[in-house]
Amino acid sequence: MSAATVPSTIAPVVLAPPPSGFVRRFCRNRTAMVSLCLLVLITLVAVFAPLLAPHDPARSSLRAIMKPPGMRYLLGSDDLGRDVLSRLIFASRLSLLASVQAVSIALAIGLPLGLISGYVGGWVDTIIMRLNDALMSFPALILAVVIVGLMGPSLSNAMTAIGLVYAPRIMRVVRGSTLSVRQEVYITAARATGCGDARIILRHVLPNVTGPLVVQATVLMGQALLAEAGLSFLGLGVQPPEASWGAILGTAFPYMAQSPVPTIAAGLVISVTVLCFNLIGDGIRDSVGRMRRSGD
Amino acid sequence: MTEPCLQVDDLHVKYDVGSTGFGRRRWLHAVNGVSLRIEPGETLGLVGESGSGKSTIGLAVLRLIEPFSGRVRLGGADVTGIPRSGVRSLRRRMQMVFQDPYSSLNPSMTIEQLLQEPLQIHTDLSRGDRQAKVAQILEAVGLHAGYAVRYPHEFSGGQRQRVAIARAMIIRPELVVLDEPVSALDVSTQSQILNLLKAIQDQSGSAFLLVAHDLAVVRLMSPRVAVMYLGEIVEEGPSGRVYDNPGHPYSAALISAIPFPDPVRQRASGRLILRGELPSLLDPPSGCRFRTRCPFAMDICAAEAPPRVPIEGGGVAACHLHAHGPRLAGGSVRSLLTARVLS
Repeated sequence: MSAATVPSTIAPVVLAPPPSGFVRRFCRNRTAMVSLCLLVLITLVAVFAPLLAPHDPARSSLRAIMKPPGMRYLLGSDDLGRDVLSRLIFASRLSLLASVQAVSIALAIGLPLGLISGYVGGWVDTIIMRLNDALMSFPALILAVVIVGLMGPSLSNAMTAIGLVYAPRIMRVVRGSTLSVRQEVYITAARATGCGDARIILRHVLPNVTGPLVVQATVLMGQALLAEAGLSFLGLGVQPPEASWGAILGTAFPYMAQSPVPTIAAGLVISVTVLCFNLIGDGIRDSVGRMRRSGD
Repeated sequence: MTEPCLQVDDLHVKYDVGSTGFGRRRWLHAVNGVSLRIEPGETLGLVGESGSGKSTIGLAVLRLIEPFSGRVRLGGADVTGIPRSGVRSLRRRMQMVFQDPYSSLNPSMTIEQLLQEPLQIHTDLSRGDRQAKVAQILEAVGLHAGYAVRYPHEFSGGQRQRVAIARAMIIRPELVVLDEPVSALDVSTQSQILNLLKAIQDQSGSAFLLVAHDLAVVRLMSPRVAVMYLGEIVEEGPSGRVYDNPGHPYSAALISAIPFPDPVRQRASGRLILRGELPSLLDPPSGCRFRTRCPFAMDICAAEAPPRVPIEGGGVAACHLHAHGPRLAGGSVRSLLTARVLS
């Protein structure tokens, strides 16, 4: 084709390098950035746990039962004479992995169902939404307790249960975004181009629902961590001698009157991590929201 | 006789808008028995005010909305009689350019991805060949090939519309429906895009169905024009004849609304100003649908639907004025206008 016949009025204008608006706005959000740094720190602690822990988290010493914090045991020792700090450091691995597992399962179930429900609509949507409502009408933790009760207590089972319980929340968010994206002109344009349904869902709908999805997934990470702590506190999650933060809290709690530090430390770690996830979720939501609008 | 590129016969599009409360369904009759024909490489302009159903025709021709009845044929292939799944293979031969380039390009895809998609679906070209084609079409629409890696939001409206045109033209379709391709753009950009469309059509030989409300645009682009009012085509014919000697009062009103740059001529021209609102499509007027706003309406207009009368200089108009009342008999409505100005 020759361009000679075409009025080529567009000079190769040098535009600014692709303005990654989302990253810039997120970085400007101080709360979210601090949370992100803290979370990265916690993740690094989990990764390098064997290097950082001052003691073997599983080794108990009869001479060091419920010691108060001191030079040897920075956060004291528990009822079996194990170093609480080392146990918290090692527990961060299980706690974070457990959250990731739960959210992954929730995504694996909720994302495809949400896309199909929102895109196809009609009776498919009605059936999926009724099941969804039924599942959501149960309190999350109670349902998880029932599922763990049926499958037997283990961390993996507990997190599968949590993932299953959280799947409807992912589904609702994805369905809602899909419903609005489906109305966009570029979806009609994709059909005019000749795209099939599968291609439209994967290439045109999915990338445009990721914003709200990432926010929801981040917030759920925090909630899953909390749920894991709850289940492990009740003895339905991680089994001894392994420990997650919730399990540490659970074993330290009965001795709170004698030695409050382990309970407080475990509770604090859980609270801070959950808060980080939530604040990062808020930060992403604020940054993404504006990008969508300024994109036009 | 050669096969037309597009043939539309008695197309009806209805929307179900719920029941009246007495168990009867209410239908919004958006397109009511429209027939058109476009020859290969030809441009037909479709004009009318908002709500006249012109965009609906464009969408129904591509089966992006389901017609209620009627037949659409694309170069001998039946578009309406086949199951929906079969339409996908016809998309290679017919494409569409949408009005608003700000919403018709997926914001999460790069220009390269947007332009490669039609090739991925309709051809089995290798990745390298596809990239070459993308570079070629970008050049043809006057965009720098280096822009392929960018996202739509980095472009201006005119540039985006160039991308949308490239996306439609990259597989060289026989028919392109242009749905108000320039009305969302600045006036200065409009002419560039129109010239581009003409240049591309000269090269590709595609036929265009140009839907527009801007009469100047249609006159520039298409030798033949069809005027729509309330879901029906009221007049059709060569652009020059329709503009100079409209055979239907509605066409005359539309054309007299085009401002002249010269105030003396502007005042001298008999303007035909329509009163009232567009009637509801849920309950269209009986007989001639235009009669409620027509300055020349007669008794017969409420009683009978007007016949299609051949007009001097080519084309047809659906109006009773040609057989009754002033008996224009295929002449121009303009004679009635000048009579009104003088009296």
